[in-house]
Amino acid sequence: MATFQPSLSRPATSVVATNRLIRNTYSLLALTLLFSGLTAGLSMVLAVPPMAYLLCAGGALVLIWFVLPRAARSANGLWVVFGITGLLGFGLGPILSLYLALPNGSSVVMTALGGTGVIFLALSGYALTTRRDFSFLGGFLFTGFIVVLVAIIANLFLQIPVLSLVISAVVILIMSGFILFDTGRMVNGGETNYILATVSLYLSIFNIFIHLLHLLGIASGDD
Amino acid sequence: MDWMQIGAALLIGAMLVFLIPRLPAILRATPKASGRQWLAAIIPIAVVGAFVFLLMKLV
Repeated sequence: MATFQPSLSRPATSVVATNRLIRNTYSLLALTLLFSGLTAGLSMVLAVPPMAYLLCAGGALVLIWFVLPRAARSANGLWVVFGITGLLGFGLGPILSLYLALPNGSSVVMTALGGTGVIFLALSGYALTTRRDFSFLGGFLFTGFIVVLVAIIANLFLQIPVLSLVISAVVILIMSGFILFDTGRMVNGGETNYILATVSLYLSIFNIFIHLLHLLGIASGDD
Repeated sequence: MDWMQIGAALLIGAMLVFLIPRLPAILRATPKASGRQWLAAIIPIAVVGAFVFLLMKLV
């Protein structure tokens, strides 16, 4: 735990503080992704039903909305982050099992995993090296995300396959924008809490993976 | 419509109830950007779109 010295409430204008924030965020992000992978594997072994995905996502949202804002400025925030990422990983298990059971399923899952990694590393690398401030994207991204949520609800009733494909593509683009936005905020002092930064980046990665999996499933004819 | 869809609709509805009231404050806090700044964000996102399209063709 010594690695995760809280960089909270340090002046982000300081280069040292910014570098520490970035290091802590990416270290915690790597650990949470690993932990998610473990909980996803566990839920696959236990063969939990698909309803677990909704229950875990609901539990994670409760933690994000009501627990994380209070805990993020203390060491307890780390437990909350692992709770959120563990729940989301556990919920992912049944989805992965469904894809892996399909012909060409393992190839789709591995391509989605690799593709997500490439997208995240490329966008983060771009934002970190250019040190640009992408805070102007905030309103556009949040509005776009709300529109997408409305479209997802509408498509639950309409069941239009093309709309489902468009939604997944748009979510990937919006989450890519959020990676630029969140990384830019870290670099330029808009975010000084590595716990909150980790959760934001994790959620972008998680959503990119889920929707890339969906698109690749459709493209391979398995979804 | 099965229970999964009803559950998903409720969950996303809850997200909307939580997010929509925060949107005006986020829009007010968002700074204006020049065309060049927008381009610096749109180009990498467009590259992601092209990459995803390529993956869909390859899989």
